[in-house]
Amino acid sequence: MTSPLTPVLSDTWDADQSWTLETYRAHGGYGALAKALDLEPAGIIQTVKDSGLRGRGGAGFPTGMKWGFLPPDDGGPRYLVVNADESEPGTCKDIPLMMAAPHSLIEGVAITSYAIGCTHAFIYVRGEVVHVYRRLLNAVQEAYDAGLLGKNALGEGVDLDVTVHAGAGAYICGEETALLDSLEGRRGQPRLKPPFPAVAGLYARPTVVNNVESIASVPAIVERGADWFTSMGTEKSAGFGLFSLSGHVVRPGQYEAPLGITLRELLDMAGGVRPGHELKFWTPGGSSTPLFTAEHLDVPLDYESVGAAGSMLGTRALQIFDDSVCVVRAVARWTEFYAHESCGKCTPCREGTFWLEQVLARIENGTGVPEDLDVLLDVCENILGRAFCALGDGATSPITSSVQLFREEYEAHITGGGCPFDRAAAELFERKRPAVAGSEVEG
Amino acid sequence: MTDTTNKGTGGGGEEAAVVPQVTFQIDGIETSVPKGTLVIRAAEEIGIAIPRFCDHPLLEPVGACRQCLVEVSAPDRSGAVRPMPKPQPSCTLVATDGMQVSTQRTSPVAEKAQRGMLELLLINHPLDCPVCDKGGECPLQNQSMANGAATSRYLDVKRTFPKPIAVSTQILLDRERCVLCQRCTRFSDEIAGNPFIDLQKRGARQQIGRFDEDVLDFERPGTSSGDQPVGAAHTDVSGAPFASYYSGNTVQICPVGALTSAAYRFRSRPFDLVSTPAVAEHDSCGSAIRVDHRRDTVMRRLAGDDPVVNEEWITDKDRFAFTWQTAPDRLTTPLVRDRGEDGSRGELRPASWSEALEAAAEGLARARQAGGVGVLPGGRLTIEDSFAYAKFARVALGTNDVDHRARSHSAEEADFLAHAVAGRGIDVTFSDLEAAPSVLLVGLEAEEEGGVTFLRLRKGATKNDVRVFSIASHRSSGLDRMNGTLLAAAPGTEPEWLDQIAAGGTDPAELADVSEALRGAGSVVLVGERLAAVPGAYSAVLRLVERTGARLAWIPRRIGERAGVETGTLPNLLPGGRPVVDPAARAEVAALWGGDELPADAGRSTGEILDALWVGQLGGVLAGGFEPEDLPDPAHARRALEQAGFVVALDVRSSEVTERADVVLPVAPPAEKDGSYWNWEGRVRTFGASLPSDAMPDHRVLDALADELDVELGTASLLDVREELGRLTPWAGERVAAPTVAPSEPEPVEPGTAVLASWRLQLDVARLQDGERFLAGTAKRPVARISPVTAVAVGVADGEQVTVSTDRGSLTLPVAVTAMVDHVVWVPLRSPGSQVHETLGVAPGAVVRVAAAAGEGEA
Repeated sequence: MTSPLTPVLSDTWDADQSWTLETYRAHGGYGALAKALDLEPAGIIQTVKDSGLRGRGGAGFPTGMKWGFLPPDDGGPRYLVVNADESEPGTCKDIPLMMAAPHSLIEGVAITSYAIGCTHAFIYVRGEVVHVYRRLLNAVQEAYDAGLLGKNALGEGVDLDVTVHAGAGAYICGEETALLDSLEGRRGQPRLKPPFPAVAGLYARPTVVNNVESIASVPAIVERGADWFTSMGTEKSAGFGLFSLSGHVVRPGQYEAPLGITLRELLDMAGGVRPGHELKFWTPGGSSTPLFTAEHLDVPLDYESVGAAGSMLGTRALQIFDDSVCVVRAVARWTEFYAHESCGKCTPCREGTFWLEQVLARIENGTGVPEDLDVLLDVCENILGRAFCALGDGATSPITSSVQLFREEYEAHITGGGCPFDRAAAELFERKRPAVAGSEVEG
Repeated sequence: MTDTTNKGTGGGGEEAAVVPQVTFQIDGIETSVPKGTLVIRAAEEIGIAIPRFCDHPLLEPVGACRQCLVEVSAPDRSGAVRPMPKPQPSCTLVATDGMQVSTQRTSPVAEKAQRGMLELLLINHPLDCPVCDKGGECPLQNQSMANGAATSRYLDVKRTFPKPIAVSTQILLDRERCVLCQRCTRFSDEIAGNPFIDLQKRGARQQIGRFDEDVLDFERPGTSSGDQPVGAAHTDVSGAPFASYYSGNTVQICPVGALTSAAYRFRSRPFDLVSTPAVAEHDSCGSAIRVDHRRDTVMRRLAGDDPVVNEEWITDKDRFAFTWQTAPDRLTTPLVRDRGEDGSRGELRPASWSEALEAAAEGLARARQAGGVGVLPGGRLTIEDSFAYAKFARVALGTNDVDHRARSHSAEEADFLAHAVAGRGIDVTFSDLEAAPSVLLVGLEAEEEGGVTFLRLRKGATKNDVRVFSIASHRSSGLDRMNGTLLAAAPGTEPEWLDQIAAGGTDPAELADVSEALRGAGSVVLVGERLAAVPGAYSAVLRLVERTGARLAWIPRRIGERAGVETGTLPNLLPGGRPVVDPAARAEVAALWGGDELPADAGRSTGEILDALWVGQLGGVLAGGFEPEDLPDPAHARRALEQAGFVVALDVRSSEVTERADVVLPVAPPAEKDGSYWNWEGRVRTFGASLPSDAMPDHRVLDALADELDVELGTASLLDVREELGRLTPWAGERVAAPTVAPSEPEPVEPGTAVLASWRLQLDVARLQDGERFLAGTAKRPVARISPVTAVAVGVADGEQVTVSTDRGSLTLPVAVTAMVDHVVWVPLRSPGSQVHETLGVAPGAVVRVAAAAGEGEA
């Protein structure tokens, strides 16, 4: 009873062949769907609203409210699109979920489709995770074969088709409107809003776009009720969520816990930071969220508290960095990612990340100049809030927060002509020594 | 004259429904704009310029460049005005009541955001302004000079690309200058509808690029029979060689020097150019253009901004084809040919104006005695020149033998024009095409023969769901891009379709469709001049519009055609739509001209004039502005001119007509004279000379010639002509009756033959495109189009060579198997290697032989 963990989504992950329909059903799977089909769709939407479930993809928008934005039925199609394009550095919750329990997602898709009047749902999976793509395809096929999808799946005369679509490896396609463009076969770039997807989304029809974890949480809410859900978490951040610990931590992995848990509690369960080291900095919600340090160990990990502390809960991707890590190096790597993944549509993100990447590279390799720090911060200021979509903002978070927290470390790189850290010390795995003496291979 | 003033600035479109207004503030200045207005537009209205690159008023907003950020507060639900957390792009932000916008003028946040954006745009820009065509008129340069930093904080490595990509022979792309505003891609997508270049790659490596495997969306069905350019071109995003008639617009709207034209590249600096507004001479649209010249040489032409006519777009022909006016064969002095005692012709020799005018007058007087003089002024005249010709024929030569139609024509057409076109003023307008429920094209290929008319139709089709129908032999790419419906018809069978639509026929399905659509209020029938070659077609058009209530507009190819109809350079018409045969009409014109009675009999048409010259019934001809090849039987035209007792030619350049003339009088090209064109809408398009010139316009030359004939023509100055035109009241009398010509029975199509379908392509071998090789490279490659059934019958496959022949001659072209009417062969009317009139000696509608080319396999 002392464990604060609340395994719901991850409850069956340790079962034998947890991904099969058989296992899922053996644990009560698809009971919620059967229950849902006896309810009025509006009632399900109300239940989800009452549960206070907020989008688990990062922004935390209330899921039920999003569904409620759909215009009244005009007889035409409306779509559910599941955003499974998990690509944020550090974020690794949807992929294990789909790998271990794909049917919890499919059941959620079926219930949600029933609730919003959708007869064709799409799951847009990140293209690089072919194993997950295959597993989802198999699971969907199993569900079709079992009559859970397909003809009359949602009641007499109401069909439900589910299409699993693999992206082509672009971070931008995690942005919901770029995802829709990509799903339609176009170049993945964010769309001008309005119109919002709820009004004109996929194929210009009303569309709900939700994160994997949000949709997968729906069956349990329907099954056990909104009160059960709100009994966990905080008042405004109800329920549970997957907390993904990675980096310099003894037992990295998924910890499913109520929102509002602290990193201190999570670290206790995960065996703490790497022995012999201290926590230096961490991300509360992936690389796009401003960094925290040991000072923030007791910040409750819910939307409001993390926001009040100056960061964002994001995707609860807790990347732990201990004192062996050079913050400049970590931030430079992230920035390379943003520069590589900028879609190119708007000036600040396209040109700004290109610039930031080069400045950080110079600082890291010891050829920085004293003006560089001001330039970094000013360029970030010119990107933040000026870019077309939130990805530009995300690119600035690690830089501005790290300069704020570790300015002297940046300055040491510039004045000292290079990185004062031992790279090898930061490595989690033992370095393989080159066979030939005299040559050095970077880790 | 009937209606020489334009109806308001609204262009005669229907009054827009009252749009509710919103009131808000920009920099503290209160302004009211129609609901739905973008903040950036509203700011322009009150004189506040917000810098921008991607924004273009005629393109959909995209919000990509972020240069136009402003600070905004807006009322929330409770009405309290709250600041928005981020600066907003004013190019995508719709103004709402109570909004408070602060631009860079009043908001440090907006100012900083804009400066920041400019700095970011410049980090990867080559800053090669000193060698860039755009330098001096570049929005990026201007913005940098006005609001940019003097030095750069950027110390690192710029992204570079190899210079330039030749997208076509005319359009060049320097990627490193590009700011990725997507104006060009949006233009080709939204306006022209031609697949062009597109965005590819991402991040800082994102670039506007040609086709390659990295670009998705490259498969397009039916590319094998798509239009191919003559010259070298990069493949467009669909994988086909890029072909477009409108690509020059992308050069003009590019806010940096990334897109340039081969013709103008490295030729001039904007600040050395003198600009004059003008009107394009290449088609009947009368598009507004801007002519830029340096030291009396035209360097380039740009689209003018005329919302009611061409908006801000022109065809590539209007833009690039101007060197014809200064071609080496330009006539600079009068020429006179001496004849031997036996009438044999000597060589043309330069002569003084007085000698030439005297010789011309003498010869014309003699010719008038010897049966009369015909007048063939050609179809490219200004209103003033056209009027002078009409008057000269009647007053100085005493004849109605005048016809400006240098093309297939008919008496039925002359009656149609007199009945339905002349003196109607501005009727159907460009904006009407945007709003019509449906438009039927007959005898008209909008993209090939209608210039920017096509763009308006496409705008209507894509934005307002205007339904476009076309009676034609096949579905052209133009019709495709208007989401049009083809009413497939073999040439000559157009009247059948027209009558069935008039009767409300319902079978086949597309007939029911068009019958119903065309009865929608405001529907339009657009008729091309090609119908003259189809007996009964114009008569059927008039029956159709009467039965359906559809509106009617006649869209000829050439700019001077409508002026000719209005001023009376037709054998059956006097100025103002007055029928020649009506005594009251003649009396009105005679009174205006203050002289003798006008000739009473309807005159000869172009064909009849040439026939009469050939047999000696006419003693001479006054001609200019056309080539024998324009006519259905060029050989006959040449013989007729050679047989003519006396030929006076007025022309800009040496031509086949001047080569056969006894006296040649040089006249000014459009850039060197003042005048007005009458476009197909009936709109008067006035322009001034772009260049100083000694060359005289036709009306002045004709006045001098009349003087020699002791006739006071009164057309010496533009003011005189306009004053006289102004005194011409509209004709209130009976109009010429509608023609009722019966359709002719189609000739039988024997095995091995097919009916010839043909029209002119926008870019072909016409003399007004001479001297512009880059443009010529973008013309469509001539092909012969036949249906799969016909291809099987002939025994040729797509891409193989087919020979189309008559007893006169033959032409061989590659086959493009096309979904079209069986037993019809389509070839371009006057393209390189496909000169139908010249080679075959027939007009479209004739039955020709079709066979696989001998020596199969040779290109």
